Amino acid sequence: MLAKRIIPCLDVRDGKVVKGVQFRNHEIIGDIVPLAEQYAKAGADELVFYDITASSDARVVDKSWVSRIAQVIDIPFCVAGGIKSIEDAGRILEMGADKISINSPALNNPELINALHDVYGQQCVVIGIDSFYNQDTNQYEVYKFTGDESRTQKSQWQTIDWIKEVQSRGAGEIVLNCMNQDGVRNGYDVKQLKAVREACNVPLIASGGAGEISHFTDVFQQADVDGALAASVFHKNIINIDELKAELTANGVPMRKRHGLTAQAEGINP
Amino acid sequence: MSVVNTNQRQKIVIVNTGCANISSVRFALERLGVEVDVSDDINVINSADKVFLPGVGTASAAMASIKQKGLVSTLQSLTQPVLGVCLGMQLMVETSAEGGFQGTEDIGCLSLMPGHVARMEANGLRLPHMGWNTVTHSNESLFKGIPQDTYFYFVHSFAVPEYEHTLASCTYGNAFSAAINKNNFYGVQFHPERSGEAGAQLLTNFVNL
Repeated sequence: MLAKRIIPCLDVRDGKVVKGVQFRNHEIIGDIVPLAEQYAKAGADELVFYDITASSDARVVDKSWVSRIAQVIDIPFCVAGGIKSIEDAGRILEMGADKISINSPALNNPELINALHDVYGQQCVVIGIDSFYNQDTNQYEVYKFTGDESRTQKSQWQTIDWIKEVQSRGAGEIVLNCMNQDGVRNGYDVKQLKAVREACNVPLIASGGAGEISHFTDVFQQADVDGALAASVFHKNIINIDELKAELTANGVPMRKRHGLTAQAEGINP
Repeated sequence: MSVVNTNQRQKIVIVNTGCANISSVRFALERLGVEVDVSDDINVINSADKVFLPGVGTASAAMASIKQKGLVSTLQSLTQPVLGVCLGMQLMVETSAEGGFQGTEDIGCLSLMPGHVARMEANGLRLPHMGWNTVTHSNESLFKGIPQDTYFYFVHSFAVPEYEHTLASCTYGNAFSAAINKNNFYGVQFHPERSGEAGAQLLTNFVNL
């Protein structure tokens, strides 16, 4: 049975892992490669690295660390940040990333989704969406350039419409960042994710709001997402991944188990 | 995972298919302590002890790249163990339904063994089939020492149905071939290079063939 995925997210700025609250006030958490290795060993199913400054600064994600991560970890990982062209994506995939995630550049140039699909295949095309619940209009609105507060702006898209658009263009997976919840650890936006799930026929990853184990149980059981992404609860050791998976398994959410290999397993022959 | 014996002198070659997951396959092998060449040189490929055929993307793009490099007959005449990974596995059979986004016609693959790649019939489950899923197998060759129902990492929308050359199976809506084998040709639909310890064991088993 396909397992639901637990995905630590590492926001990257200037080669360091950082975390802010509601996309602001970033503090340094640590170096990328050792953190990546640590999460892979701790039982993460996948990792996401967001270069949160890249799109805003009009530069491509700093690439050297992608290759260093690919060398040390044996679980899949996705890289996001400033990927604006087929060539940008190709360089990151060639360095060993399994998927690339695009956000603001897809809003600026939706044709990029089609092009990435056609060249590299649907399986590596992830669309990140920053969605903000506007209380005044009672609508979910897509934002761009969220890595830089001074440049953050509302796009012309409502979230459900953009979800449909990116799928029609060949998106292989969608990560929905619920901006109102980001970093505040009050739980995932289950209501919004349920609405998006109905419009989303590719894998959907919940992002923003995880604070305790029950939040993961809620989002998997109520919104039927394929994965749950979180940062601060893992960085700050508020949640242990093994305990999280044990609790989710006990609640009937399918989780990957790491099997011990049998006595027959052996190393490379002389 | 046992430790690799670094005295061994096997020549491992990854065929440079022009596809994007070559680095991750190379890194996974290097983590096992073996030396790896990435090459599209016919002599280098022919002289390898073990050959990897990686691939991500679409079958049509990958076959176009292999044809453009003039590697079709080279790959077809290899007699040493060859492991196709993901799309690399799908290229090993005769035909694939995976063209471009709107592609409708089957494209010809390498015909290293019989078989056809079809769009997955997942009984309403979402595609791509993306994530960790359990694999059942005959506990031989590639899967020696790997328990039944071990999780491997999959990302694909097309698959080879279960058939006479199925070596291992996975179920997503319907059962499909998680691994295939005929003679010296082996293929895995999942990504052993991204499947943790179990993936490393499978790669070790292949190098030991």
